[in-house]
This record gives sequence, C-alpha cells and structure tokens, in this order.
Amino acid sequence: MGLLSDPNRRKALTGLLTRLNTPICIVCYLAGIVWFMGLAFEPFTLRTYMSENAMGSTMVEERFSSGERALSLAKEFDAHKRKAGGMPVEWLVKAMQSRGLEVFTQSFSRKLPFPDENKERYMVRGTNVYGILRAPRAPRTEALVITAPCSPGNTNNQAVALLLALAQYFRNQIYWAKDIIFLVNEHDLIGTQAWLEGYHHTNITGMEYSPLQGRAGSIQAALSLELSSDVITSLDLVLEGLNGQLPNLDLANLFYAFCQKLGVLCTIQGKLQRNDWDTAEGYTHAAQTMMLMVLKQACGRSWGDHGLFLRYHIEAASVRGINSFRHYKTDATTIGRLLEGMVRKLNNLLERLHQSYFFYLLPSLSRFVSIGYYMPAFGLLAVILLLRALDLWVHLGAPALAAVDGVTEAEQPSSPGVLTVLTPVVISHLTGVALYLLPVHLQEMAVEHFPVSETEAVVLTAIAIYTAGLALPHNTQRLLSGEGTEQGWKVLKLTALLYLAVLLGCTALINFSLGFILAVTLVPITASITPHIALYAVVMVLLSPAFTILYCVFIYQELIEAPVSVSEGWMLFLSVISQGILDHALYGSLVYPLLALFIYPCWLMFWNILFWN
Amino acid sequence: KTVCDLNLSSVLMNSNLVHRADSFFLATKMAAPLTLLLIVAVTIRAVLFRSSWAELISERVEVVSPLNAWKRVVEGLALLDLGVSPYSGDVFHETPFMIYLFHFVVDYAEIVFMVSPDLVFCLSRFLTSLKQKYALESDRYPADCLELLRSPKEMFYIPLKVAMFYLLNPFTILSCVAKSTCGLNNAIIALFILCTLKGSALLSGILLALATYQSIYPLTLFAPALLFFLQRLYIPVNLRRSSFWFFTLQYAFIYVGSLVVITGLSFFLLGSWDFIPSVYGFIFSVPDLTPNIGLFWYFFAEMFEHFRLFFICVFQINVFFYTIPLSIKLKEHPVFLIFMQIAIISIFKSYPTVGDVALYMAFLPAWSHLYRFLRNIFLVSCVLLACSALFPVLWHLWIYAGSANSNFYYAITLLFNFGQILLVSDYFYAYLRREHHLTHGLYLKKKDGTEATLVLK
Repeated sequence: MGLLSDPNRRKALTGLLTRLNTPICIVCYLAGIVWFMGLAFEPFTLRTYMSENAMGSTMVEERFSSGERALSLAKEFDAHKRKAGGMPVEWLVKAMQSRGLEVFTQSFSRKLPFPDENKERYMVRGTNVYGILRAPRAPRTEALVITAPCSPGNTNNQAVALLLALAQYFRNQIYWAKDIIFLVNEHDLIGTQAWLEGYHHTNITGMEYSPLQGRAGSIQAALSLELSSDVITSLDLVLEGLNGQLPNLDLANLFYAFCQKLGVLCTIQGKLQRNDWDTAEGYTHAAQTMMLMVLKQACGRSWGDHGLFLRYHIEAASVRGINSFRHYKTDATTIGRLLEGMVRKLNNLLERLHQSYFFYLLPSLSRFVSIGYYMPAFGLLAVILLLRALDLWVHLGAPALAAVDGVTEAEQPSSPGVLTVLTPVVISHLTGVALYLLPVHLQEMAVEHFPVSETEAVVLTAIAIYTAGLALPHNTQRLLSGEGTEQGWKVLKLTALLYLAVLLGCTALINFSLGFILAVTLVPITASITPHIALYAVVMVLLSPAFTILYCVFIYQELIEAPVSVSEGWMLFLSVISQGILDHALYGSLVYPLLALFIYPCWLMFWNILFWN
Repeated sequence: KTVCDLNLSSVLMNSNLVHRADSFFLATKMAAPLTLLLIVAVTIRAVLFRSSWAELISERVEVVSPLNAWKRVVEGLALLDLGVSPYSGDVFHETPFMIYLFHFVVDYAEIVFMVSPDLVFCLSRFLTSLKQKYALESDRYPADCLELLRSPKEMFYIPLKVAMFYLLNPFTILSCVAKSTCGLNNAIIALFILCTLKGSALLSGILLALATYQSIYPLTLFAPALLFFLQRLYIPVNLRRSSFWFFTLQYAFIYVGSLVVITGLSFFLLGSWDFIPSVYGFIFSVPDLTPNIGLFWYFFAEMFEHFRLFFICVFQINVFFYTIPLSIKLKEHPVFLIFMQIAIISIFKSYPTVGDVALYMAFLPAWSHLYRFLRNIFLVSCVLLACSALFPVLWHLWIYAGSANSNFYYAITLLFNFGQILLVSDYFYAYLRREHHLTHGLYLKKKDGTEATLVLK
C-alpha cells in the first residue's frame, strides 16, 4: 500500500511509466509474442499425466474381437442407407433391438435462417436413433454416450457399424456401472443438438424436436466416432468445442494412454508427434500444431459432434480415423479395443472428470501448456492498453473521469467531453447492432433486388454494412458536438482503450485463442493511433477484425498443408462468414455476436479518432 | 396493458412530484433536466422490465441476495395468503412490514418507479442545504483556499448530478429491474438522511429505527445523525456537559422507542416472534452461502464448522467497529461520516448486492470538490469496471461451462471489494487533506521554503 499512498513514489512511478511509455509498450508486445511462440518449445511445456485416480491405477484388459463382423455390418448398413436414401431408421432400430438395447427414436426439424451452401441444406428434417444399455451393476444414475454420425454418401459407415458391434459386445459384459447410450445421429451437429436439447429438456436455439421417450442417468462423458474406411493408419483426436470450450485434459490423456498401449498411431490436428524438439523442424512442427489448435479454438465452432456436449457439462471428444498412404495399418478390432478400453475406464469414474486442466493448449498429444503458462502472453499484450490509458490519463489530468465512467453509464454529468465521446460510442454500437441484425433479416429484400442467392446476400450484406460503418461515424460525430477538440479525441481514446482492454480480457478468459488473436492484431494499432495520419488509416483497415479473419483463413490453409490462391481464399473467407452466422443461429456460438456487437464497434471508435476534427 | 398504464401514471406522478419540488426548492432551470432525467430513467426501466432480460437479471447473484430477492417475496406472500407463517421454511427473510406492504400493493413495478425518484428527491434537497453551509464557510478560511470552496454555480448542479448517478447507474437499474427490495431499503435510508439534514430529530429517529428494523446494519448511522444534530444545535461534544447528555438521551429514546414500537407492531401483525430468527438471525449467522459480491460466502464455505461462530463474530464486528474511530476523526463532519458508514456497510455486510453499492456511489458527486485530492481514481475506476464485466464471465465459466471454479469467482469478488475499499479510503484521505488545506493554506511550504507534500502514513 506504500505505493498507493506515498505521493513521491507514485509520482516517480507515473513519471517513469509516461516517459518510457512507448519503449515499454514495444517491449511488452514483443515479449508477448515471443512468450506465446515459446509455448511450443518442448522444455517450456509440461508432460501430460493422468490426474484422475479412477482412471489411472486401474488397468483394464480389452477383449473386443468382432472387428470383422463390424466391417460386414458396415456393408449391410451402407446398402440399407442407399436404399432408404438417408438414415435407415427401421434397420437401425431392429439392429439395436436385436443386440438387446432399449431403442428409441427422436425426430427433429429445423429451418436454417438461410441455406447452408457448404452442406447444401436449408430445411432439415431427420431422425436420431439411440439405444440404451442399462447398467447391471449400479443404480443407473449416470451414463456414458458413444455417438456416430450417419453422414450422407460413403462416409462414416464403419463408425456406425463399429458402434453396433461394440453394443453387442458390451451387452454381454457384467461390469457396467453406468448406462451406455449408443447414439446414431443424422445431419451431424443439428441432430446432436436436437438430441441434447431433448435429453436436457431445454430449447435454446428454436429447434423443433419430439421429446425423448427413454432416458438414462446424467451423462458423464461422451465419445464421438468418425470412421470411413476398413483400416486406418492413424487416429486423430479432436477436442475443440463450441465457443472454444475444451474437455478435461484427462480425456485426451486417456486416449493417448490407450493409443500407446495398443500401438495405434495417434495425432492431434492431424499432426504426428516428433521427438526431435531440439531441431528447428521439430520446433516448427510443434508450433504449427499449437497454432492450428489456436486457430480452431478461436473460431468458436464445434469441430466434431462432441463440441455440443461440452455446453452441458459433459466431457467429450471426437475420435477420427484417418487412412493415408502410410504402410502401417490398424484394423477395426484394434479400434474397437481402444474404444472398449476408454469406455471401461470412464465406467470406473466415481465423479465427473475434474481433476485435470480445462484450460490448455496442446503442442503435441504428450505435451501441454496450462492456463498459468499461456495467460502471461495475453497479459503482456493487454497491459499495453492499460499503460497507454494511464499515459493518456496523466496527460489529460482532471476531465477524464467522466469519460471513464461513460463506458458503463450511458450518460454522465455534463462536463465538456461527455457529449463528444458519447456520440461516437453510441453510433459505433448502433452500427454494430445493424451488422448483427440486418444481414439475416434483409436477405429477402436483397435477393429480390440483386441477382444473388440467399447465402451470398447475407454475407455480402454483412460486408457492405461493415464497410459502410467505416464511412459513417466520422461524419455524424460533427453533427452534434461541432468541432472536436484535442481533449475530445484523447478522452475518446482513453475510453476506447479501457473498453477494449475489458473486452479482450473477458474474451480471453472464455476463449483464450480468440482473445489472443484479436489482441495481437488490435493492440498495436489501437495503442499508437493519433488523428490525421493517412498511413494509420491503411494499417487500421489492414488490421481490422474482418482482415484478421481473412488472414486466419490463409494461415489455417497454409498450416493444414492445403494452401489456396487469393480467389479461393476469398471464397473461403465468404463461407467462413456465413458459417459463423449459421453457427450462431443453430448452436448459439458467440463469436459472431461478439465481433459484431462489441469488437467491431470498439474498432470503429478508434477509426473515429483517426478522422477526428 | 395495465403495466403500461401504470408506467404512464407513475411517470406523470413523478413529474408532478418534481414540479412541486421545483416550486419549493429548486430554481426553475433545474426542473427541465431533472424531468428529462426521470423520463429517461423510467423509460430504461420500463423497457427492461418488459424485455426478456428481466428474468435473467433477477436471477443474477450479484443483483439479488437471499434477503431481497423478489422470488422469495412472492413465496412469502403465497404462504401468507394460505394462512401459514411466511417464515416457516427457509425461503422468506423479509421483515413483516415489508410483506404486509406488498400484501396490499398489487403491482410492484409502480413502487419501484416511485421509490428511486424519492431517493433522488431527498438527496437533491440535502445537497441544497449543504450549499448554505459552504456559503457561510467562505469567509472563514485563508484567501488562497477560495479555489477549494465550491462556487454556487457548481453547487447548483450537484442535485442533478446526484440524481443522475443514482438513476442512471447500471447497478441501480439492474437492481430495480430485478425487483430487488434493496431499492426500498435504500429509499428509507435516503429519507432518513433527508430528515436528518432538515433537522427533524423525531422523523430522523423514527426513520433510522425503520432502516435498522429492515436490515440492522444502519444502526451505525446513529452516531453521525447524533453528531449532526449536536452540531446543528451548537451543543459541544463534551461528556461532562449535561446538555450533551440530555440531547443524546432524547435522540436515543426516540430511536429505541420507535424500534420497540415497530418490532411490537410486527409481532401483533404476525402473532409470533418467528421473524426475529428468520430475519435478524439470518443476517447475523449467515447460513446461506450462495455466492455474492460480498466477502462472507467463500470464507464460511471453506471454514471448519467449529471456527464458524468465532469468525462470524469477527466478520460482523468488523462492520460495526469502524463507527468508533471514524466518529472520533470525523466528528466535525457528520455528513461525510454518513457517507463513510453507508459505504462500509455495503462493503462488509453479510449479503451485499450491487444496489447497496449504488447507494453510496450516488453520494460521489456531492464530494466532487475532493476530486483534485483523489489519488487512485484511475486505478479504482479500472478495477471496478473490469470486475463488473468479469463477474458474469467467471460465473458463466464456473456454473455453466464447468471449466473454472469458485476460486476464480471469489478472486474477482476480492478484487471488487479491494476496489471499493480503495475508493472509500481515497475519498476519506481526500476529505482530510482538504480540511488540512482549508486551515493551513493550499500551498504548503517546508521550513526551508521548498514545496511540501502531505503523506498519509
């Protein structure tokens, strides 16, 4: 407290911070980036370990042996799927019933806000089939879920077949202490969403579905299986869920442990682990894996069926079989054993998975970075905003108080700066609201007047509003307050800096990757902006949220080793926007509203400073 | 439709109220902005009441506590209607007066709309009385301190600012939309302050008793009120003077008498003493450990049961203890003492909500002349701002996402309270420093002629 009450020391500290503000900020920014890149360096990361006692010490022996039968089932399933032209509900019900499960179906329908061109769907109608294996050993208050999506075409037949084979095998075992639900869902995430909402009696996204006839206990964990070939070369683990939520790290550890035990090649982000961390290639490889995770997490969508389970407090992951040209192949029996082992260990759980980390980044499957290690990277970036704000505060002296409170309180006692600050803030936010609401609501009008499809209409309206927002605020700001003053923009900048700091801080807590990516692009320009410098305008646009998305698209394509040309990249960018809006409408992903209602208006406030007069 | 009509009528009534107030106390210039402000404030509340946010807000632990949640009032009313004691079960913790008040008032929204302007009304008036005091002071102090005194023009806008700070404070709005009865308690305290400043010892004593009856903690406001009356009647605080004792006893008699009458009346209303353990026992022994913005819940959730009694005593004494040193230090400045006491209550009470925070924050514009002496206002604003945003985020991570835990939320609670304490102590320091400058001159010199700085150690 000495620092807070002793005026001399305070003066010295503030003096130091204002005098050396720019160098400190630059050092902080570089340190933040370096820290982040350092996270992928193996000596700085921790080795993963199983924290959960119930899963660690108890070894299980896997006996599943009907891999061949599963493959023949897959062919049968494929034939029935072709015949039914979609999900063969009756066949599935019969197949599950004959394996001794309690079988139920759930039908659902959903009209998308606009057609999804990636998956070619608009009016979605489908059925989920699920069978419950009742636990013989315990009071049936808890359950596990194994799910396999029934996808169109040739994909995922093996996954459904393996699910059925596992059900048959599990039925004959006596050690189950938790109900096991085998779920085959149609229309991937939409089906999962309908089933989960039905199971938990909620309706948050306006889906229409029939109520579930049979339920089991509260779901402890879920595994989603995606398998499209008879043999595979490696298994990929997908963890990123809705809004960047991740399952407990123990689930990843469990998967890794069984892959080691059964000698299955396992990857994360489709990247194998390398042992040569001390070479440049080894480090680059780990950095790429981590960057992929960051990008996937940042976009806030669910990267597999498991992603929607996380919202209901259910630890879930997707296991995806990959068949490449590698020599070493794994057959269906081994995959079945791996799943058997995982489910048996989950069956041993005495309480929900909670021992291990929920906030982590994985540079490889056996190494992780916990929140305590990666948060400083973000903190170093965020502190720049506070330092700049402090600097402005000291320069401004007294009248700044009103503006600081002005962020939270709509209006403040009439001091000279308030109206000049309030106008741009309100206008920016109204533009944000327009960006959020108009694209979906105006699509019909746009389709009438322009030769575009609905999806294009939505995306192009969004881009149009985004661009129009650039022209709007600095014209209207003069309307109310007349001439802007030197003090005026400083107060506005102070407000905007604090606003951005709070926004990014909250974002980074919920979704670190998103917060970090936004901080990396927004912090340097927002910290250094002053009015009337043409260069800043260019840099500002190049570092705006929309361009950040564009860069992320290119970097992502580069990292998954599928580089795209500029025009392809642009098309991808458009589809990313439409997917973002769809994800928000269908599953309640928060990235689109966050960007439209908060980040973009905040960016506009800085844009306003640039054209201050 | 009825709600809409009620809103409309309350708006009309509010504006009537203001117009009447206007003719008595305020210059005509004030009426327009004040009316506008009221209309804006009422509109915001009306819109929020009717939106889907209202339900969400009324569930937030930061906004409602077990003591003042509207849900619990409804439960109590239902029990009362069934002829069961509302205190049977462990849900209802309002005082008997409160439940009978709601028993007779059909629509709640109207009251809340009325109450908030009440408060503004009181505070506005109290500040007009301060005005005269400062006018008197101006010729007593050294010439270079004149810039420390507020000009009448500055004084003129203070009531409006206070009104704004209360009515447009998001904390107040949230608490109002959640229909938290905290707003009513705030109004009683505000009325008490008004009566005190108007010099009516009888009304002040009765209202203080009512406020104490509502939530116990305003008990500590007895000291500043007494000091204020003593100062007003030019009675020196001297333990050997009979006039001091005479007035003290008189005021204490009014206070204790009305407290006894109110409690007795409650007994006759309900026909049992059930409410004593259920209201005051509940406040003191803190059995409900639902997370809130206070300091109690985490501490007592983590504690071994056999230490509980001891630490409850420590925590509760903490609220009351500051009265003694503050009364001694601020005995010349009872109005500031009231502010300090209200702030301390809202920080350290067992079930604080943002509504309590809003009450003392409404006072801040009244001390705008202290602004130049505040040292940490930037830090405090940042901390309070960040915490207000982080509360819902960490709640989401803890309760819905399940990825964070109670430690995260409590860390923010601690930080929020740290910010509040820093704010209050900063204002305290600034007040003392201003007093120092008023008597010793603004530009202090050391003995050797260099500029001196004041250090609080």
